[in-house]
Amino acid sequence: MRHSQTLMLATALLALAGCGRADRAVETTPPPVADTTPVNPDDVGLVELPALQADLVAKAGSDTIYFGTDKSDVDPDSQRTLTAQAQWLITHPTIRGSIEGHADERGTREYNMALGERRANAARDYLVSQGVPSGRLLVTSWGKEKPVATGSDEAAWAQNRRSVTVVVK
Amino acid sequence: MKTFALLALLTATSALAQDAPPLEVDVVGGTNAVSTIAVPTLPTPADTDTAAGRTGTLGRQIATVIASDLRSTGNFTPLGPTGIPTYSAAEAASPTYATWRSTGAAQLVTGTVEASGDRITVGCRLHDVAAGRELVRQGFTVDAADWRRAAHKCADAIYSRLSGETGFLDTRVVYVAETGPKTRRTKRIAIMDSDGSDHRYLTAGDATVTTPRFSPRGDRLVYMTAAGRRPRVRIMDVATGKDRNLIPGLALTFAPRFSPNGGQVVFSMASGGNTDIYVVDADGGAPRRLTNVPGADTSPSYSPDGRRIVFESDRSGAQQLYVMNADGSDQRRISFGGGRYASPVWSPRGNLIAFTKIAGPFRIGVMSPGGSGEKILSDGWQDEGPSWAPNGQFVMFNRIRQGSGQTSLYAVNINGGSPRRLPTPQDGSDPSWSPLR
Repeated sequence: MRHSQTLMLATALLALAGCGRADRAVETTPPPVADTTPVNPDDVGLVELPALQADLVAKAGSDTIYFGTDKSDVDPDSQRTLTAQAQWLITHPTIRGSIEGHADERGTREYNMALGERRANAARDYLVSQGVPSGRLLVTSWGKEKPVATGSDEAAWAQNRRSVTVVVK
Repeated sequence: MKTFALLALLTATSALAQDAPPLEVDVVGGTNAVSTIAVPTLPTPADTDTAAGRTGTLGRQIATVIASDLRSTGNFTPLGPTGIPTYSAAEAASPTYATWRSTGAAQLVTGTVEASGDRITVGCRLHDVAAGRELVRQGFTVDAADWRRAAHKCADAIYSRLSGETGFLDTRVVYVAETGPKTRRTKRIAIMDSDGSDHRYLTAGDATVTTPRFSPRGDRLVYMTAAGRRPRVRIMDVATGKDRNLIPGLALTFAPRFSPNGGQVVFSMASGGNTDIYVVDADGGAPRRLTNVPGADTSPSYSPDGRRIVFESDRSGAQQLYVMNADGSDQRRISFGGGRYASPVWSPRGNLIAFTKIAGPFRIGVMSPGGSGEKILSDGWQDEGPSWAPNGQFVMFNRIRQGSGQTSLYAVNINGGSPRRLPTPQDGSDPSWSPLR
């Protein structure tokens, strides 16, 4: 539904561009402003490594652990997953891990940023306890911004309360 | 950026203020009494071409915006500009009240639109139809292209005269425009007039952005962006779009808000599983830590005098509201109702704190800064992220639908009534209301 609206809008914009004239549709949906901000060292983003990510998942079983509602403790299942991730990270000493915490949609936006960081930090601490040098691990949070399951039900929320080990350089 | 000058040509005389009985909009049982107000097309003494079209056409467009603005306050049922009588420019000062009594209107808006070079002057008068008396007489001179602002100013003058509140209609809203499926949402900061017109985007959508908030003068924004997979607060100049990280480095920062004088930004920084509140000069420098208790301390918001900060913390085990001095001293919990409380925002009047109450669903509510007088204002599935109108009478928030995650902007009168949806081209979240322009 939303997709088809977007497509229709894009078609409308293309048609207008062809006519070369302004219109209401253009007025209400102008093109995005180009980001001309100069890049400084703080802004260098992390680059994902999909092939190595797939290898981590294959060798460690999963790149993701899950949490209870509003919880950040690492349960025994998650400990097994993190132990296997730690072994993989130790055997790939040039690779960094971005440990990224997420929350389900039942928390407010800013609190969920804090909760996601708490979860990612718990995962990071466990990886360090298994021998991964802490300097190779970064911790961050996506709050509720990046759900993997779309439903508003317990099954979806359980999948979204997670910490993901993202292989980066 | 267009220059805009506002010229109040005339004001209501003191004699009027003395003999006109107060025509207040009564607040009865938590809802506003609604009065019928006629807003006919504003006539022009001479139909003149301007950069924004002919003055005769502008007169109808301006009346349409005034009527729409007045309707949006919840205090008025406007009549017109179509389907009601018109009058000549010469009659604007002395309308035939009998004509307007027969429409059933309690009040009447008259005025004129006159061109002078690139600018137009919009006269704006409010009349009490039953008493046959003028209540407001003002004039606004603007660039012709800014005719909407003259309409908002006129509507603000009318709203203000009849409600006793300061205006809030000549304002802007910055928010997050959302598109795409829930798992791959594109989010862009967008800015628009508070009636939805003059809409444009301030970020490109390549990075997830949240929580844009105006500076007290409306010239800058603070917001969070996840550019480079490193969510951080940035500070942006609205006119140029130039922005920078609020603090150097890769620290995870979020929940930013300006101080009332615009000189500081208060925000959260998370590290080691702990989130605390910090403050930094808006133009740079080293951040100072204000909270130092294990737990998530976030969503800080200054009192309008800049002396105190309300915030949320789960230090007690669940999210609750706390007030502290601006230097971090004397932290006291203020929320003790059932459920959790989040995202508090101090009213620009200082008398109330708006919040999100979590009791399963999310609801918008207000309480006093001491924690008393809690009142819930909304009843959606997830109503989140309140922002105050500059007059402290309305709260804007976003309402998320269960399942789809679709989200829209709503505003509600703190005296009660149904939240009103604001039109946006796409989904909208995280609104921030600008100061009065």
